[in-house]
Amino acid sequence: MTHPDQATGSSIDPDEVARFSALAEKWWDAKGEFAPLHKFNPVRLGFIRDRAAERFGRDVKARRPFEGLKLLDIGCGGGLLSEPMARLGFQVTGVDASARNIGTAKAHAEPQALGIDYRCDTAEVLLAEGAGPFDVVLNMEVIEHVADPREYLRTCAHLVAPGGMMFLATLNRTPQAFALAVVGAEYVLRWLPRGTHDWKKFLKPEEIRGFLAGQPFDLQGPFGVAYNPLADRWSLSSDTQVNYMMTVTPRG
Amino acid sequence: MASKTAPQSLKATHDVVIAGAGMSGATFALACAQAGLSCVLVDPQPFESQLAPTFDGRASAIAYASFRQWRALRAGEMLEPHACPIDTILVTDGRSPGAAAGAPTPFFLRFDSVEIADRSEGEPMGWLIENRHIRAALAKAVQAAGIEVLAPAAVASVERDASGAVVTLADGRTLRASLVVGAEGRRSVVREAAGIGTIGWDYPQSGVVATVRMAEPHGNVAHEYFLPGGPFAILPLTENRASLVWTEPRKRADALKVASNEAFQAHLSRRFGDFLGKVEVLGPRFVYPLSLSLAERMTAPRTAILGDAAHGVHPIAGQGLNLGLKDAAALAEVLADALRLGEDIGSEAVLERYARWRRFDNVMLAAATDVFTRLFSNDQPLIRLGRDLGMAAVNRIGPARRFFMQEAGGAVGDLPRLLRGERL
Repeated sequence: MTHPDQATGSSIDPDEVARFSALAEKWWDAKGEFAPLHKFNPVRLGFIRDRAAERFGRDVKARRPFEGLKLLDIGCGGGLLSEPMARLGFQVTGVDASARNIGTAKAHAEPQALGIDYRCDTAEVLLAEGAGPFDVVLNMEVIEHVADPREYLRTCAHLVAPGGMMFLATLNRTPQAFALAVVGAEYVLRWLPRGTHDWKKFLKPEEIRGFLAGQPFDLQGPFGVAYNPLADRWSLSSDTQVNYMMTVTPRG
Repeated sequence: MASKTAPQSLKATHDVVIAGAGMSGATFALACAQAGLSCVLVDPQPFESQLAPTFDGRASAIAYASFRQWRALRAGEMLEPHACPIDTILVTDGRSPGAAAGAPTPFFLRFDSVEIADRSEGEPMGWLIENRHIRAALAKAVQAAGIEVLAPAAVASVERDASGAVVTLADGRTLRASLVVGAEGRRSVVREAAGIGTIGWDYPQSGVVATVRMAEPHGNVAHEYFLPGGPFAILPLTENRASLVWTEPRKRADALKVASNEAFQAHLSRRFGDFLGKVEVLGPRFVYPLSLSLAERMTAPRTAILGDAAHGVHPIAGQGLNLGLKDAAALAEVLADALRLGEDIGSEAVLERYARWRRFDNVMLAAATDVFTRLFSNDQPLIRLGRDLGMAAVNRIGPARRFFMQEAGGAVGDLPRLLRGERL
């Protein structure tokens, strides 16, 4: 199956791209199909902000703490992370393999004059073109959707500038993740369209570490994220069985 | 009402436009400024007119948590000389009050601030402050914080689009912001422009407010008597004065407003003689019709409402202003946190957090106050017996009493940081 609106590269799985393109217009509806992502957003934004502020010595209470730093958002979708990062002062490049996602993201950001550079591209193309390097690379909830996660992760890591960092978020391949993220979120709660996730492609933290073995990078984490159904809120947690995040820093 | 499309070309002038520079609106503006949000206060009245002694004759019971917020916002220090601490609250069911009636019924509730001293850090349960002093202190703090004030200026219309709202003033000026906040009280223009409806009803009662000087020291005790015609409160003020808040059937209240000083004084001692002691009436009297009005929602696209614009409650429990101040603290905290995450502060995802946080509190208190009013404005023997037993029971059960005191102090629930006395 080929799509005219699609970028090409080794990390592309055509079925995955088609699935998200169909949902593109709905990205910004906080009560629509991406509602769980909107609910999930504050905890990951807070994590990125706090870790980045620590690494770059910035004040989290400043209006634009990350002024002067470059950020790449891989698999940016409708721009749910790119826009907040631009408001926090980063010079943002957002890439997505789906042209419809990029179209949605551009249309949404434009009236706000956020100055985000959105491109229909992949990590592989960026690296081949000699783009970057970037002080921060965001790799959030993407790796469980790509065809070759090892190659993909190495490519992304090489886009990180010396002294910079990469954020990675994904789902653990555990029975709990199968129960919550696939059966619970897709079938019972109907939070996500069925088929959003393929449990077999979920990755364990040690597999992520393995992908970068022998490479000049250090990994930190995993850091768990848990959902509190009573408060309807996500928060950082020591439980990494379902959602977790890691950071990657170039060595030396 | 559908919103019209705002001109995209207009550049944002502020993060937040706040309609209404009253006590809740000004407090919210101070909190916004502390959070680093640029805001502008718009009010149809000249800002200074609020400071005239005739503008607002009421005094407010300020929960200790609310006062902490003002301290955190640098308005508390100016208020301290005018704030009378409430050390004790006495609630009495006075069936046949007055000089001729003898002792009140033995059933009463007694709340002492020492009982919750561990949780309130030794502060009183609350403070009694005349509204004009509150308004003056907030005005000074707003000025000191460099917050822009457009007054007199009326909001004529609000137009909203995907990325912001445009507020057009009656004189033709326009303001563009990510968010518009309606804090203009019960007849909120912002609420109406957003198409948020209200539910509510009038009570067949009015509140009569007068300031008196007491002959005997009031000892920082607040009294609440439940009389068949409605509740009567003696609220201690500085300089051994007290604010009398007295709810009466509408007609009688209207008559009291126009009565001569002598007639008013005579009426007071006839009704409350033993409770009140000898008093000297100071300054004008004020009469406020009582009503309940609840907004159906706290938010709409690019819009949030707070204070009386969202919920005008019966002042029986002295919680109306405290609710508004809690709204202000919660909304400012939600916006501050969103701003520091880089979120769009006027987006639905952000506003929903505020709505969820405040909705339960507001509806519960309005409902409880309504039930309270109906229960206590009644002379049915069975209802009387029931409520007397209830009050006696609450009084004997320490935990229940401490809960009510903390609720009165505003410390129940998931407390905004400002109400814990922390800066944003």
